[in-house]
Order: sequence, then structure tokens, then C-alpha cells
Amino acid sequence: MARFENLLDACGSTPLVGLPRLSPSPEVRLWAKLEDRNPTGSVKDRAALFMVRAAEESGRLRPGATILEPTSGNTGIALAMVAKLRGYRLVCVMPENVSAERVKLLRMYGAEIIFSPAAGGSNQAVAQAKQIAAEHPDWVMLYQYGNEANARAHYETTGPELLRDLPTITHFVAGLGTTGTLMGTGRYLREKNPDIQVIAAEPRYGELVYGLRNIDEGYVPELYDPSVLTRRFSVGTRDAVLRTRQLLESEGLFVGLSTGAVAHAALAVAHEALRQGREADVAFLVADGGWKYLSTGAYDGTLAEAEESLEGQLWA
Amino acid sequence: MAIEVRVPTILRSYTGGQKSVEGSGDTLADLIGDLDARYPGIRGRLITDQGGLHRFVNIYINDEDVRFLGALDAKLNDGDNVTILPAVAGGALDDAAVVAGSR
Repeated sequence: MARFENLLDACGSTPLVGLPRLSPSPEVRLWAKLEDRNPTGSVKDRAALFMVRAAEESGRLRPGATILEPTSGNTGIALAMVAKLRGYRLVCVMPENVSAERVKLLRMYGAEIIFSPAAGGSNQAVAQAKQIAAEHPDWVMLYQYGNEANARAHYETTGPELLRDLPTITHFVAGLGTTGTLMGTGRYLREKNPDIQVIAAEPRYGELVYGLRNIDEGYVPELYDPSVLTRRFSVGTRDAVLRTRQLLESEGLFVGLSTGAVAHAALAVAHEALRQGREADVAFLVADGGWKYLSTGAYDGTLAEAEESLEGQLWA
Repeated sequence: MAIEVRVPTILRSYTGGQKSVEGSGDTLADLIGDLDARYPGIRGRLITDQGGLHRFVNIYINDEDVRFLGALDAKLNDGDNVTILPAVAGGALDDAAVVAGSR
């Protein structure tokens, strides 16, 4: 059944597609879970919907309320859509160096944006949002980095969908940001089959993004539980761009850069399985399409040129 | 045995401003000890008084997080690349946001 009463009901149940050209062999196969097929075009629709519903059910969120969230993009866009349909006002706090497309989309949905300085990295967005929340006690900050409903969305939907569509899954690979996708999906999959490997791919940005003054100012999302993961890779800009282009060239998939990073890690574990002579079904998550990143320069020129234009940008 | 170690901006005060230095060791703990002999103080920024990896430091051997490779006991081989990064979240697929000083 592909008919829904409204847009929110059309969230999730995304396609899982095989990638025959990128797969190393008939025994070691790669699969892509197309989360760009969600209502606002990213995996974040799942978390936004679950977080808003949980806040409504607990009574924290009442009609006409204002939602405040630190977000550099996809979560903000997803929340803006949900907020519009459910009658809430949304205020997003985001670093000023995010792509222009994201800002335009948010404004179209009616969200208000408060920019945090690029120099503070994305670091400052959360700090600033927490400060604003303290000044407006009646505003509701859903706080995706520590909201259990974010991970639960994946435990209840993404995980079951994957196992239903690919019962032979051996590896699940996704990006690590709030960690919600990996925590929720990973927990579900490993509860059903402890042998499934859960692999994180985190983007390694250019140096400007790590502009911390002190190691003690670091941050680990509250949702993060390393015991859910079996491995964690750091993927540099060049590898992410290379794989993003390869996905389009060989499989026709037009994905965002973070998915390029995820595909890089997925290919690494797939080729490792091939070398070890094991069968494997490696599923990775396509968090969003490439549309919002066209202005970043990632899709133009040589790899070196793309890498240079991405320096200093939060490309995931 | 030469291992290339990439040093983040915030720790370059220990390496005389160098972005990348060479070190040696059979394990990560050995490598850090070797680095500390030449760049005094750097060990204290990576390892806590209790002897574990600092919570807000991520170290990768050939792009893989050492916490999943045995942490300080992770094995090293000639030609490996080690990258040290502060734990700024930055979000992968998701939102980047996050950060520092927010707790």
C-alpha cells in the first residue's frame, strides 16, 4: 500500500536497493537504504516525527508552542515540516557556514534562524541554543543529541525495516552525528542477531572545523553508547567526495556527501569480507540526496578542487 | 619503525607547530610514550591520570577508531597512519552541529 492520509504518515518504509556494480562479488553484496525518499528528503524525518510526538504525548509540547533546536540542516528542515503541519513555531540555531540551500529551505518552511559564528565550529550552536532555552523557559528544545525518541525512531522503524527486507544482513553502516540512527538501528539489529556488525562512519572535516581551544571543550552526544558499535571509521573529505561520485557513476545514486563517507566505510568492510572469503550483505544508509550540497563545490571539477572548496564547510 | 602521526591544531603547541610528526612503537601506548619523549607533555593531553584515553580525544589508526581496536593496546605496524582529533561531534550524516562547551 503506497497511499497515505497525509505527508507525516508517508515517513519511513524507504526502499532498500541492491548495488550490483559496486558489490565486490555475488557473495558479498552492498545494499543502500534510501532515506532521501522521506517527506523532506532525509533520514531526519523519522527522528523529528518521533521527537515531536513524544513531546506532545508527555504534555511538554502544546498547540502553538515554540520549538527551539540547534541544527545545521536536515533535522531543522524535518522539524520545520512537522512543526508547520502540527501548528508549532520553530526557531533553529545553526552555524553560519552551512550551505545556502539549507537556509533557504528552512525559511520557506517558515522557520526562524539564529546564526552562531562559523569560527565556533558547530560547537557553538548547541551552547547558544541552551543559553536561549534558558532565557525562554516556555520554549521547547527537543535536543536531538540527547533525546531518546531520536534513537527510538530507528529502533522502532529503520531497524525492523532493514531486517524485514534483508534477513541475511551481516553489516549495517551509517553516519555518526547525533548517533541516533546507529544507536537505535544497531540496538534493534543486534538484539535480533548479535553477529550483525554495526559500523559508524564519521566525517573528518578540514582543520578549520576543529577550532577548539582546548580538548576539555570536546563533546560526545548523550545518546552515544559505544557498546552498540563494532567499528568506527573516520572518513576524510577526499574519500567522501570520491565515493559520492562513484555512487552516481556506477549505480545512478545522487547522494549527499555524508553518504559518500558511509559508502567508503561500507566498501572497506565489504572488500575485507571478500578477502576473508566470507559471504556478506552490507547495508548502508543514504541519509539524504545531493541537492542541498550543489553549491558546496563537491560535485564540480577534480577531487582536489572539490576538497579545496569544502575546506571549512560542514559538509555532512 | 616509522608511523606518521597527524596532530590537531590544538596540540601543535607541543610539536613546535608541526602538523604531522613521525613516531614509533608496537602499540599505541608505546607510540604515545615515544612522542612524549620528544614532545614533552603531549601524553598528558591524550591520556588521563587513570591511564585511559581522554574522553574527548579520538585517535584513529588508518582511519579506524582505536577504541574498537584495543584502545592503548592497539597494534601498530610500520607505515601506519595515526590521526589524533578532538571529539567535536560533527555530525556525520546527520546534522553536523554539536559541540564543544555545550554541557
